[in-house]
Amino acid sequence: MSNLKCRRAPLLGAAAFFAVVSPVFALDSFIVVQSTTSTQNSGLLDSILPGFTAETEIEVRIVAVGTGQAIKNAQNGDGDVLLVHAKAAEEAFVAKGWGVERHDVMYNDFVIVGPPADPAGIAGMSDAVAALRKIADANAIYASRGDDSGTHKAELRLWAEAGVDLAAASGGWYRETGSGMGATLNAGIGMGAYILTDRATWISFGNKADHQISVEEDPKLFNQYGVILVNPEKHPNVNADAGQIFIDWLTGNAGQAAIADYKIDGQQLFFPNAR
Amino acid sequence: MADFAGAFLQSLGLIFGGDAELWAIVAISLKVSLTAVAFACLIGMPIGAWIAVGRFRGRRGLIVAVNALMGLPPVVVGLVVYLMLSNSGPLGVLQLLYTPSAMILAQFILVTPIVAALTRQVVETLNDEYADQLRSLGVSRLRSVPALLWDGRFALTTAVLAGFGRAIAEVGAVMIVGGNINHVTRVMTTTIALETSKGNLSLALALGTILILMAFTVNAAVALLDSASRRVIHV
Amino acid sequence: MFDRGISSGFQSDETAACSGDAALLSVSGLVFEIAGKTLLQIQSLDIPAGGTTVIMGPNGAGKSLLLRLMHGLLPASQGSIRMTGKPLTAALCRRQAMVFQSPVILRRSVRANVEFALAANGVPWRSRRKRALEVLSATGLGNKAKQAARSLSGGEQQKLAVVRALATEPEILFLDEPTSNLDPASVLAIERLLRAASAAGTKVVLVTHDLGQARRLGDEVLFLHRGQVVEQTPMKRFVDAPVSTEAAAYVSGELLV
Repeated sequence: MSNLKCRRAPLLGAAAFFAVVSPVFALDSFIVVQSTTSTQNSGLLDSILPGFTAETEIEVRIVAVGTGQAIKNAQNGDGDVLLVHAKAAEEAFVAKGWGVERHDVMYNDFVIVGPPADPAGIAGMSDAVAALRKIADANAIYASRGDDSGTHKAELRLWAEAGVDLAAASGGWYRETGSGMGATLNAGIGMGAYILTDRATWISFGNKADHQISVEEDPKLFNQYGVILVNPEKHPNVNADAGQIFIDWLTGNAGQAAIADYKIDGQQLFFPNAR
Repeated sequence: MADFAGAFLQSLGLIFGGDAELWAIVAISLKVSLTAVAFACLIGMPIGAWIAVGRFRGRRGLIVAVNALMGLPPVVVGLVVYLMLSNSGPLGVLQLLYTPSAMILAQFILVTPIVAALTRQVVETLNDEYADQLRSLGVSRLRSVPALLWDGRFALTTAVLAGFGRAIAEVGAVMIVGGNINHVTRVMTTTIALETSKGNLSLALALGTILILMAFTVNAAVALLDSASRRVIHV
Repeated sequence: MFDRGISSGFQSDETAACSGDAALLSVSGLVFEIAGKTLLQIQSLDIPAGGTTVIMGPNGAGKSLLLRLMHGLLPASQGSIRMTGKPLTAALCRRQAMVFQSPVILRRSVRANVEFALAANGVPWRSRRKRALEVLSATGLGNKAKQAARSLSGGEQQKLAVVRALATEPEILFLDEPTSNLDPASVLAIERLLRAASAAGTKVVLVTHDLGQARRLGDEVLFLHRGQVVEQTPMKRFVDAPVSTEAAAYVSGELLV
């Protein structure tokens, strides 16, 4: 038994701890992209990123959260690039100086999926606002993300247009899951609810049960993705060079082609539209 | 709906199919949780033993506090560690966010109270037996800590395993501070969460089965080591 | 906070003890009380160097308490205890050793138990193993050195406890009913160790209920009753003609409470 050992153990422990947890990577070799669950869950990023990394030797680390959280994380400087889909919030992000510049990347669209019994009678409609109003009138169960994500923001815009008082309905037929797209689909399908989802997530979703697309092809269901370099003047740690290379690639010919090429069961999930 | 038998078969297929992705995730999980538990033991065991043998004001309150901290919510720990390690946070300069080190730190915070509280119980019981003899030999309370920890080593494996169980099964904290980045910070629990959100329920369940098997394996390994060393020491 | 807790009560009465005395241990004005109840009260007591002092008395007389106070395991409420004329300190206590009624054997090998005591006594680690093995072979435990100490029989465990206590060559060895639960063979083995220790110059202070053991080992008897010393006499006199009525009753086999 060593008496010294017991007195010095905490110090040695702390020293060893910081030896292990201190960073051991070269900062230029990767970038962190704050993005959304839809781009990850649909498999798009897993499909296109290897090509980028092979070309540039820059590793892309994706943190997939809701758009609201992604923007907040980027604002904290915890990411180099922001790839999300909530145009108004993105423009505000740039306007406040957190981001350098916003570029369009691609779009897909939202759809409303519903149970086969279709209690609100909206199957086949192409007017999202009218469909939501019918859901509210029928008190049909509706599952919302409720997580300040891009999809949630889009959903709220449509409900506002439909003039439905969600506060009164919340907890009744209108149910906020407060979680990601996939978790909301799992929950919504379990309770036989209508759900607004992006088409890419829906196509690649593995637990559809009997749910089908009820409403689609309304221009208001258009879902634009944008990419922004986090402002290195606000956060000096931002890997601006590598981040800009990624943005240039994504909005350039190679990236746009890779996005267009990504298909599940022959269906194209995202449509490149960078200018 | 997920079929349990099917999920189990699928998990066996994943295990014996030599899926490199899966093994990489298992390796990150083990590396993160085992490291976190090792540090938790290094810090938590002396603290627990010190609380057990010490006579100081506020000791009762400290015991209650440490016991309560065993139930720290992982999400809250994750959030606090995120705020600390964020580039806007006080430790942002360390550039640890979204690395395995951040996950180790979060799990370390979750596990240390468990190790400390269980160590406190073990050592307190042992100290009731040993205290007079140790004082008689001229070993002070503080200096008796290493001896008590060593002599309580078999009972303390339970504390280690309880800590490991907590670390390996926890998802809330590592999701936030690790970011679930593929090949970097993706562990078993965050993979299960991801596959569940993709609607791949049977794959998620298969991964869950593997996670449980991992826990079994680690526990069995410790049990074997334990009985082997007991045979040598004949306790 | 982590001290042996002996500093408080012992040095309060500087004038009472006369240093330079032949006594190895001298107690004066000693009071020990818990929650206002006085459990031990000794005006003056000298324990001479050399030989074996046996402490006897009915249960609750304060025998174990006196041992613990003299060994520094408990702080006195009042009074002082001196060893070779000096107030008892942690350093002086380390020159004493104690064996408890039920042996406290560490969960390690026999040898490691002895090594632990040597380490606590400041023996450098290089010489610990050698000395432990020497001590064990000298006492017939050499062939069990590598065995787990807790796998020994009860008698062997107590023997190990005595060997471990003696390994540090203490000036005083306190024993609190060390053989009360043992078979005759083990008692014999332990008594041999104590006789050898005493012959080698270690002062043995032994609490026992066994009058036979007291006669076999003791040079003098300290008889306690209800927290007070009622008699301190040479062994032979104690057996033949005790001074106090309490001791007389005890020796004659009456039930003294």
